[in-house]
Amino acid sequence: MHLVTIGYILGVLLMVFSTAILPPLVMAWAYGDGALTAFADAYLLTLGAGFLLWLTTRAVSREVSHRDGFLLVTLFWGVLAVFGALPLYFSGVAPGFSTAFFESMSGLTTTGSTALSGLDDMPHAVRFWRQEMQWLGGMGIIILAVAILPILQIGGMQLYKAEVPGPVKDQKLTPRINETAKALWIIYVGLTVAAALALWLAGMTPFDAVSHSFTAVGTAGFSTHDASIGYFDNPAVEYILTGVMFLGAVNFALHFAFLHGEGLRAYVADPEFRTYAGLLTGLVAVVTVVLLAYQVYPSGEEAFRRAVFQAVSIGTTTGFATADYAAWPSLLPYMLLLSGFFMASAGSTGGGIKAVRFLVMLKQGYRQSYLLIHPHAVAPLKLRGRPVPEAVIQAVWGFFAVYVSTFVILVMVMLALEDGDFLTAAGAVAATLTNIGPGLGEVGPADSFASISAPGKWVLALAMLLGRLELFTFFVLLMPAFWRK
Amino acid sequence: MKITILGAGQVGAPVAEQLALEGHDITVVDHDGDRLAALGERLDIQPVSGHAAYPEVLEQAGLGAADMVLAVTASDEVNMVACQMAETLFHTPTKLARLRAPEYLTQPELFTPDAFPVDYIISPEQVVTDSIHRLVEHPGALQVVDFAGGRVRLVGVRAEPDGPLVGHQLQELRHRMPGVDTRVAAIYRRGQAIIPEGPTVIEEGDEVFFIAAREHIQGVLTSLRGAEETVRGLVIVGGGKIGSSLAESLERTPVQVKLIDHNPGHAAQVAADLKHTLVLQGDGADETLLREENVGAMDMFVAVTNDDEANIMASMLAKQIGVQRVVTLINRGAYVDLVQQTGIDVAVSPYLATIGRILAHVRRGDVAMVHSLRRGAAEAIELLAHGDASTSKVIGRRLDEIQLPRGVTIGAIVRGGQVLIAHRHVVIEPEDHVILFLVDKRKIAQVEKLFQVGLGFF
Repeated sequence: MHLVTIGYILGVLLMVFSTAILPPLVMAWAYGDGALTAFADAYLLTLGAGFLLWLTTRAVSREVSHRDGFLLVTLFWGVLAVFGALPLYFSGVAPGFSTAFFESMSGLTTTGSTALSGLDDMPHAVRFWRQEMQWLGGMGIIILAVAILPILQIGGMQLYKAEVPGPVKDQKLTPRINETAKALWIIYVGLTVAAALALWLAGMTPFDAVSHSFTAVGTAGFSTHDASIGYFDNPAVEYILTGVMFLGAVNFALHFAFLHGEGLRAYVADPEFRTYAGLLTGLVAVVTVVLLAYQVYPSGEEAFRRAVFQAVSIGTTTGFATADYAAWPSLLPYMLLLSGFFMASAGSTGGGIKAVRFLVMLKQGYRQSYLLIHPHAVAPLKLRGRPVPEAVIQAVWGFFAVYVSTFVILVMVMLALEDGDFLTAAGAVAATLTNIGPGLGEVGPADSFASISAPGKWVLALAMLLGRLELFTFFVLLMPAFWRK
Repeated sequence: MKITILGAGQVGAPVAEQLALEGHDITVVDHDGDRLAALGERLDIQPVSGHAAYPEVLEQAGLGAADMVLAVTASDEVNMVACQMAETLFHTPTKLARLRAPEYLTQPELFTPDAFPVDYIISPEQVVTDSIHRLVEHPGALQVVDFAGGRVRLVGVRAEPDGPLVGHQLQELRHRMPGVDTRVAAIYRRGQAIIPEGPTVIEEGDEVFFIAAREHIQGVLTSLRGAEETVRGLVIVGGGKIGSSLAESLERTPVQVKLIDHNPGHAAQVAADLKHTLVLQGDGADETLLREENVGAMDMFVAVTNDDEANIMASMLAKQIGVQRVVTLINRGAYVDLVQQTGIDVAVSPYLATIGRILAHVRRGDVAMVHSLRRGAAEAIELLAHGDASTSKVIGRRLDEIQLPRGVTIGAIVRGGQVLIAHRHVVIEPEDHVILFLVDKRKIAQVEKLFQVGLGFF
């Protein structure tokens, strides 16, 4: 364990992160919306903390071990969430630090659960900061998932990296991790710029266009309005966001392959993409049919539009809303929430168990039935025509088991803390663990997480972190063996 | 002809024997001195001991004076480099190499004169796979060989009592099957060859060889065997090169394939490479496994492990539990004759399947293809007719005017892309591919002479 080195890296990171506070700070000054001191204080505090940390640790070696990675990644999100909460806390929009931290963690993990209401009347700087944190979080996740988790030997990308043909066959997309990060950064920024321009052309104000492009690419889900995307009531905006969310939940390594000469084949040939696209198409179809059958909306066009937007928004774990889908025929809210567990791709900004793991489990189930018919058959589980090692299949099952156990335990904890109804507790945990955002019951799309108690907020913030770090990055820290020399 | 053979293994040794018996000057190079000495004692050849790709060894083997080099060592790389040496250092006119790895075989641009100068690639596994594949296409046949790139096929088949033509004269064939054009090249009755004529009556149990265009084969087969047979389910025992590439080629057809291999690692590899084949790990001669997988109900059973005895035992067991048609791969020449009495329907020998390819390059005259038949006793040969009516004894003549040696029949002629079945009024033109059947392959010298272009004849 190289705690001093970890301190050094965190110090540098905090100083870098502090510059992210500058755009809303400038905005606060330009709009004169009264949040200037809050952001100035937060900026100085973050920069100062980072500088102090850097100053006290800079003299040591820069060596980081494989094991330090787990601690480092967990601390990244934990510490940044604390400092990201400062502007919200100082500006007074959050009733307490718990709420500010909840909001900040929800932002950085691209969850999109909010405990704030009255967003429309808040200072522009505060509204923008929430969006920006989600955008930064999304970028962090891509780099984490594509470049860092594979090095730590966990995460769904391991399934991907063995299977990709051509230039991205390597463990990393490019031989050097710096280059990988840069390539992903360019894709991410490019998507964001395209999304912002499209939204602006579709009629949003520049402020809203940029803000929502941030949270759509990151499949995050914060909005600058209480009514979320429903506020705009603009089909063009909805379809543009649908497209952006769809791309955000695709493995970014596929975008990389697409841009590096493989063309559309990069997507079409990928089994995870096919699973993701197939599940999503099925979900849209079911939601549309049910909405039509129950005549929830007066026109077929509206039913389809709502269905597409809501299915993509929840399936990709974004969490935008154009309708109070919790009030839809009861199959739909449950099905939508469940879809968030399985749909998003590994190596994307989406959350949940990931489509590739779902696919492996599905194939394994089929294989076991097949072996009952042909006991002597040698039937390897294949992805992209190549066998998946037995150890990886076990790891997938292990992940699933731990994921479900974590879900159940967290629901129990929430029930204990809140003494509320089961739907709210289960909905809240599902929405935060999968990083969807809105839950069900009292924390449904039409409400916020404001009703959750302070301890409950901390538990849900932990759920977001766990979901984001694919559980094991965090759980490994709890093992005594990890801390032994 | 002076021929240098590199490698005295499974291919090299029998080829050396065959060619030496045909009267060629043979030098054999092998690194295994004992194996070489054993061969040298048996045959009239010159053995040279050493690494088959080293210039010094090749020099010693007299490659400078050789007309042909046959690189058939166990290593693809040695064979390729040896051909390179032969070209660069010794300017050997004809270079044949045995290559097995599909990784090389799928890159034909590797074997051009400015890369690896191999004139002709011999790939026994590929030849065997193709010949078994043809048996799957025509399950009633004992042997199916291709001429003219597969447009014409020679098929050997045993006449069954149910065949509508059995018990009738050959000349009725045309009336019974209008539109199907075929020529019966030879009939073997109780082991004796009969030269087929119009009034010859086909009897039950006759081994009939006929030539026809590919699309007519199935019709002729049905007329000799009765009910139309197709293979829907097939079992392959042995996941080696032959087994796996046969399974792979059958994945493109509707045939359902089960492949059994006893080696877990090997089975896993095959299962990883194949898409729709059911791969089973187990012993091909394990009755419980065969019954569990309902092998008795399958249409064909193919045993292609590298162990002759295992192939034979598995095949006999399969026959016993009810498989219609059993094909067995056999390396040892002696076993090929032996298994005819065991109920195994077809024995495939890699040596017999490959030797023809080599003979085609050794024969005088312009030979496109040679196929060994009836365990090497008979031969089918595709010759090109060169010259003109004044210099050739065959060109410009009707088939009934050509004086063929006894026991030799012309089966078909391929002119351009067109297949002409040999009827007496057909006239041979220059550059025709003439397909002949030799009941006795010792007649080959006479046939070669017949097709030779006369020099200064008049």
